[in-house]
Amino acid sequence: MEHRKAKKIFTNYLFVLPAILLFCTFHLYPFINVFRYSLFQWDGIVPFSSAQFIGLAHFKDIFTSNPQWWYSMWHAFYITLLTLVFQNGLALILALACDRAIRGAQAYRMIFFLPPVLSGIVVGLIWQWIYDGNYGLLNYWLTSIGFGHLARAWLADPKTALTCVGIVHMWKGFGWGFIILLAGLQSIPRELYEAAKVDGAGAWDTFRRVTVPLMVPVFVLVMILTILNTMQIYDLIVSLTGGGPGYHTEVPITRILAAMRGGSRLGYACALGIVFGLILLLVSFIQIQASKLAKQE
Amino acid sequence: MQKFLSLVMFLVLAGVTGCAPGNMTDKSGSDKISVWHWMTDREDAFAELGKRYKALTGTDVQFELYAPTDAYSEKIKGAAQTKTLPDVFGVLADKRVISSFIKAGHVLNLNPYMDMDNGQWEKSFYAKALNVNRFLLGNEFEITPGIYAAPLDVMNIQMVYNKDLFKKAGLDPENPPKNWAEFLDAGNKLHAAGIQGMVSGWGEIWMIDCLASNYAYNIMGEKKFIDTIKGEVSYADKDWIAVFSVFRDMRDNNLLANGIVTMVNKHAEQMFANQRAALGFNGSWCVNVYYGMNPDLNYGVILPPAYSDKYPMKIWGGAGASLMVNARSKNPDKVVKFLKWFTAKDQQAYLANKTRNLPANKESLGNISPVLAQFVAGMDSVTHPNNLNVSEFPKVIEARDKGIQSIIIGEKTPEEVALGVQAVKVREMLKAKK
Amino acid sequence: MQKPIYYKIKQFILTYSTHLLLIIISLSCILPLIWMFSSSLKTQATVFSDMSLFPQNPHWENFYIAWTKGGFGRYFFNSLLYTIVVVLGIVFVTSLAAYGISRLKMPGKNIIFYVFLAAMMIPIPGAFVALYVLLNKLGFLNPNTGFAFLDNTIMRLGYILPLINSGLSLGIYMLKTFFDKMPGDLEDSARIDGCSTFGIYWHIALPMAKPAIAVIVIFNTLNVWNEYLLAMLVLTGKHLMPLTRALMVFRGTHITEYPLLMSGMTITVIPIIIIYILLQKHIIAGITAGAVKG
Repeated sequence: MEHRKAKKIFTNYLFVLPAILLFCTFHLYPFINVFRYSLFQWDGIVPFSSAQFIGLAHFKDIFTSNPQWWYSMWHAFYITLLTLVFQNGLALILALACDRAIRGAQAYRMIFFLPPVLSGIVVGLIWQWIYDGNYGLLNYWLTSIGFGHLARAWLADPKTALTCVGIVHMWKGFGWGFIILLAGLQSIPRELYEAAKVDGAGAWDTFRRVTVPLMVPVFVLVMILTILNTMQIYDLIVSLTGGGPGYHTEVPITRILAAMRGGSRLGYACALGIVFGLILLLVSFIQIQASKLAKQE
Repeated sequence: MQKFLSLVMFLVLAGVTGCAPGNMTDKSGSDKISVWHWMTDREDAFAELGKRYKALTGTDVQFELYAPTDAYSEKIKGAAQTKTLPDVFGVLADKRVISSFIKAGHVLNLNPYMDMDNGQWEKSFYAKALNVNRFLLGNEFEITPGIYAAPLDVMNIQMVYNKDLFKKAGLDPENPPKNWAEFLDAGNKLHAAGIQGMVSGWGEIWMIDCLASNYAYNIMGEKKFIDTIKGEVSYADKDWIAVFSVFRDMRDNNLLANGIVTMVNKHAEQMFANQRAALGFNGSWCVNVYYGMNPDLNYGVILPPAYSDKYPMKIWGGAGASLMVNARSKNPDKVVKFLKWFTAKDQQAYLANKTRNLPANKESLGNISPVLAQFVAGMDSVTHPNNLNVSEFPKVIEARDKGIQSIIIGEKTPEEVALGVQAVKVREMLKAKK
Repeated sequence: MQKPIYYKIKQFILTYSTHLLLIIISLSCILPLIWMFSSSLKTQATVFSDMSLFPQNPHWENFYIAWTKGGFGRYFFNSLLYTIVVVLGIVFVTSLAAYGISRLKMPGKNIIFYVFLAAMMIPIPGAFVALYVLLNKLGFLNPNTGFAFLDNTIMRLGYILPLINSGLSLGIYMLKTFFDKMPGDLEDSARIDGCSTFGIYWHIALPMAKPAIAVIVIFNTLNVWNEYLLAMLVLTGKHLMPLTRALMVFRGTHITEYPLLMSGMTITVIPIIIIYILLQKHIIAGITAGAVKG
């Protein structure tokens, strides 16, 4: 009996074996190396054996003399906050709108998925054209409706550059949130809505008492994915502002790449990557704990 | 569902076993010379030259293109780590990185070959094209002096101006600004006519660096510039403050187009080509770009108008693309022989013609357009940071350029930026001493 | 009576503004696609100066030129191959692992699950060089078996395996939550009938997980189809390169041939849209099932 049980458990492990093999090879091994490299002063070119061991010096530098890093981290947080509120808010409104038997819901489902499919190059070109300070569409519209005094070089003005990039990011990403939220809404049994109507509940009450409680798990999923995705924003920054003006639109990934390519300080870049990863882990952990608390209410 | 799955499985197995159209990894013999490059526009021209070389000598030359340049650099770095670099490759980075490659034993010193036959190979190139690849005696990286790469083309970065827009603003198109006062005046006249000033890819930091160092040479001369890098002159020196105030003056006199601070170079090229800006700051490759977008563009090329008359104005230039030989190559003599042929007069002429770049070989300059000729005329004033024996810290360069961006948007004054850069410099020098 | 009219007006305004919002946003989503398409019909000189949505002289031949000049034929096949193999690989590896973690007795399986989850949360920017060194050590980069097609297979695997690995975390997360909600009676009856564990997985669990699998398919298809950094790094030789390599041809170091590039991109985007249209019905149900439980 014992033998058969052991054999059964052994065969069970076979199910996860391929995943674990791949993971350990391609994820764990480079991951451990990143930890290793972060303890060395290395440019990534000369043989690693000649790299200089400096212990936690990189980490000390990150926490004491690299204000640009934390500035970039703040920028990523800012865009993430914007995205969480507006992108997901918009996605929710659209999902709610399409949830009812509205004409063309099918078509909308397909159309809203188009921005994520577009290549970063096309997105960059189009939005550069919209935001251009002299011939851009946005300024053109503002002037034609009489708000010409608001016209400016949107991507070059430190007050607006980051938010403008954020808007492009939200535009590109709301499709995913929309689909997930719509799916969640559609799984709520219609009878609950009927019952609420019979009870005389208004739209807002229905939303609060029926929709929201059942949607909490979906909200959590969307939030976590949004945070993970947005904190790592990079392509849009490079194609729209290059991190400028000054350090006003730098984000963590552009800083890491600047260390890697600009200064060829691979060890330092790895240390930055680790700090970044730990912060993301912390944020996700807080997220999950908060959602557990919310569920209990 | 089952049938579909099995069909897919079959396709998968068939495909993965490499039965793909046109898969020809010719592993026959070690006669092959492998070349890794990033120059997309020259892929066809290279392939043709490879064919010619094979017909001439029987040796196979395999060109592999990896683009964009970021992907190429990563690949080269990875190959360097695993010691699997190809016979010929390039390093798209500053002198410090190149010196790392050399120290790691990846790059062959070409001096012995350059000196052969009374220095024949070396003399065939424009001296300025070679300087970028040369390490001099006493260089800070402690590299054996010598030439470590062969240039394929030359280029330089100057200012371009739209003649039609100049006329519209009441400026004489045949008499572009020659000094600082005329330059500022031009800016104001353009603004009065409702025309945008200069466009350039200043969202891509290095272009700011280019213009800044051009004016630095003009204001303080080369020696002081080098001394600053060495740490003997402070960035808070009045000459450096003058360099930073150049940008403030340009901003105040409407010489900079709206939004230049975060512009990507391609966008800047687009704007200039479509006559949406009167000035541009770009490299000689722009001739082809502008021609493609607007063949009728009427423009001229000038050196950045001098701010001071103490020292000459210099511009960045020299070799555009250079190729190195892998020191660990199985048959270095053979590879160098190929490189010599590749950079010889006829092949360079072919390349220059096909891809409309400026050749590095002195004798290959054939018929070029008048605008391109104007670019060539600037070669006399050319210099490049890679020519120097010393290299500035990347963090200092970043502080310098980002600081200039801050000046342009009016966030900081030239004095503040100068002090900020000096602070970074001091910190970096302390770190380096440890 | 006042109340019904007030109610009707409120309804009307609500419906009207909802539709307005939907339409405005839809326009903003479609216009870039249209711009991309119309740019592919223009010339280099007019692509940024001609603002019309549809050019007067549409250059349909741009598509043909892009296809041949970009060498799309060969790259298309490669992209198709990589996408199918990687997505299939991800589906099987993750479903096996998720089923095991969810339904089978395995001491320590929760730790395994959380490790995968954490991996999804900690990105490793700049792991490229480490990956390159690893692949080289394992022999994927320069196989010299002497047989061309074996060499090619090995090199392709060097690209495929890391890509499969990149899709594991999200896949396992989604499928495990889905499997957790599966009713156990079907399995029990199958076990009583003498079905092996693998049999239950294959015949019962997998078909029932179709919706979740549809999500994983569309998500990873998009990723692999547009991937180019890893391809450039790991693959040597044009014959192994995916579609994205074709697009590179039009983006020279200095000159970008916009009409051809846009044509190439339009060609690249079409298969993705087709797959999405085919799968989107499944997707809706899929994300629900995985997500409602959380």
